[in-house]
Amino acid sequence: MTDILFYIFAAITLISALLMVLSPNAVNGAICMIICFVTTAALFVLLEAYFLAVIQVLVYAGAVMVLFLFIIMLLDVNKDTSDLLKDKMTLGASITGFALLVILIVSVFAGGQHLPETARLPVMENPTGEGVGIPFTTSAKSFGYSLFTKYMLPFQVTGFLLLAAMIGVIVVSKKHSENS
Amino acid sequence: MTVGLNAFILLAGLLFAIGMFGVILRKNTLIIYMSLELMLNGVILALVAFSRFNGTMDGNLFVFFIITVAAAEVALGLAIIVALFRLRQSVMVDQLTSLSR
Repeated sequence: MTDILFYIFAAITLISALLMVLSPNAVNGAICMIICFVTTAALFVLLEAYFLAVIQVLVYAGAVMVLFLFIIMLLDVNKDTSDLLKDKMTLGASITGFALLVILIVSVFAGGQHLPETARLPVMENPTGEGVGIPFTTSAKSFGYSLFTKYMLPFQVTGFLLLAAMIGVIVVSKKHSENS
Repeated sequence: MTVGLNAFILLAGLLFAIGMFGVILRKNTLIIYMSLELMLNGVILALVAFSRFNGTMDGNLFVFFIITVAAAEVALGLAIIVALFRLRQSVMVDQLTSLSR
């Protein structure tokens, strides 16, 4: 049953990603991108990463894509939509590069010499943090545990990065006054 | 569920390839930027799949950090695009060629 769900979500993800790349209208592209992010969150659920699925929907499909849609509608760049299929050189080059990359990926991961298939390890209920790595759990508690023990420094640096990005956005988007 | 690691990695690689296709093909800076997000999406799908099949939590935490950094990056990048539009009245990359002349 869950196998069918994987194939359905994978198909929707790939089709909406292709539609995003190929749609001449930027707003339609953003909507397809939202669908792509939501189905990726569904794939995270199939991989039992429930917390990341929630984060993906909230941050990516919510905040980031709303920001994108806002900027697309603010700039109103849909006036000149005839940029596709005009430049034959770019079209041929990009399709060739895409085909080569797809052939490479498919031959590596679906051919005869793919990665060894391992069975899924059992999910631990209560992580203790002892040993080499933190074992895989489905609870959000292990995120907090890891963030405040093993990944303390990256956590602090990420917080500082958010502050720096916030100040940077204010500085970049501020209108220059007359006397400066 | 019997879908293995290779199916997830194949899907992640195809998402990355589609994102690269969009970066090369499109002229609109906003759509190029969305394609970059798509490439990032493929990468985090691969990380979550490896984390699940490896049985450790580290891949999931990396994805957590990547999503945080990507949100900050999108805010800053869109501010730069708006500033560019204010200056040049266009976001098409084939009209932003003053450095190549």
